[in-house]
Amino acid sequence: MRSVFFAVLARDLTLYLRRRSDILTALFFFAIITSLFAMGVGPEINKLRLIAPGVIWVAALLTSLLSLNRLFSSDCQDGTLEQFLLAPQSLSLLVLAKILAHWLVSGLPIILVAPALGLQFDLPAHSLWILVISLALGTPILGMVGAIGAALTLGLRGGNTLIALLVLPLYMPVLIFATSAVDASLSGQGVEAHLSLLAALLVFTLFFGPLAIAAALRVSQD
Amino acid sequence: MLQAIDLECVRGDHCLFSRLNLSLKNGDLLHVQGKNGCGKTSLLRILTGLLPPTSGKVLWDGVTINALGGEYKKTLSYIGHLNAQKDDLSALENLMVSSRISAAPVSSSEVGAALQRFGITAAAQLPFRVLSQGQKRRVALAKLLLSKATLWLLDEPFAALDSSASDLLRTIVGAHLAQNGIAVISSHRELDIPGGTLKRLALGL
Repeated sequence: MRSVFFAVLARDLTLYLRRRSDILTALFFFAIITSLFAMGVGPEINKLRLIAPGVIWVAALLTSLLSLNRLFSSDCQDGTLEQFLLAPQSLSLLVLAKILAHWLVSGLPIILVAPALGLQFDLPAHSLWILVISLALGTPILGMVGAIGAALTLGLRGGNTLIALLVLPLYMPVLIFATSAVDASLSGQGVEAHLSLLAALLVFTLFFGPLAIAAALRVSQD
Repeated sequence: MLQAIDLECVRGDHCLFSRLNLSLKNGDLLHVQGKNGCGKTSLLRILTGLLPPTSGKVLWDGVTINALGGEYKKTLSYIGHLNAQKDDLSALENLMVSSRISAAPVSSSEVGAALQRFGITAAAQLPFRVLSQGQKRRVALAKLLLSKATLWLLDEPFAALDSSASDLLRTIVGAHLAQNGIAVISSHRELDIPGGTLKRLALGL
């Protein structure tokens, strides 16, 4: 069972690395959006600190949308998705491996560059840490929820726009808890409550996400 | 033994076939014939379990395939009209990874031998996307040489193949039938496969 999981993980990582430009484009998009806000708002430090959590998190949400449409559609078009459905192992397991691979190349880089981008907004070191923790808890949720959207819109015309409409409202709780955590750290309040709620959301989506995605993929292949 | 009882398939408001029964025992070859759009692919997909039939059921050794789940999937090898290979991986990598996903891992020398038999030697290391249509089909079919499955479901396997590759495929399917395998092949041509018991099913008449 483990070997199938790692086979899919290794396959997807190899494919992503052979199309490195996709990963770099998304990362550049994330960096440029946050920088544009910092430049547009001007050099007043208090204002910058105030908007920093929201700007960085909204940029992360939009960046995560960029690569979603390819998550299952390329497998669907070349027929490998059919073979996934015919694999003896549970489809949820294969889906989980795919989403982990996707997070490693889309979520993880965002977490790594976020502190550098946070410096543009003069976030103090403590808040940068909270930002990184909130992203570490939040980006897997974005990946999982986004994958549900990608699976549901698989094979539909205009699926691209539809994913955004379907998924962005579902991102709201993540955005609210994550930015509240960073805000709280800026104003010297406790952050545990917000981060715990985020962690609870993560556990919830990690458990139910793969089941929902597997069901949606089965329907799409009817 | 593969059985289908009272299968009906409705796509949209068009009934492709109904009250379809079939029974295949080891060594049998079923040739699914019919013109384009008559439901050959749908029938094969129903037999794999990818497509639920509108009514009726598919049995493997007397048990419905839904109840068998992964056990049934282990016994079948399906090659659809898509090749199911990734464009950015080489032929060798593609076959290695697909064998691991179907939970029957093979070594790279076995994959190399299978590709060689299909005449893919120099191209085995190239990205799949640069191969010609016929070469791509050969790579997809080389999977059969690595397969330990009893039931082969092949959807138009001869499409894009030249005559030497078609002959090779006939030999391979013949050998599979001789080893008590079962094959279901959809094709609009005559199959001419040596050995096995040939059954025909004409759809859309």
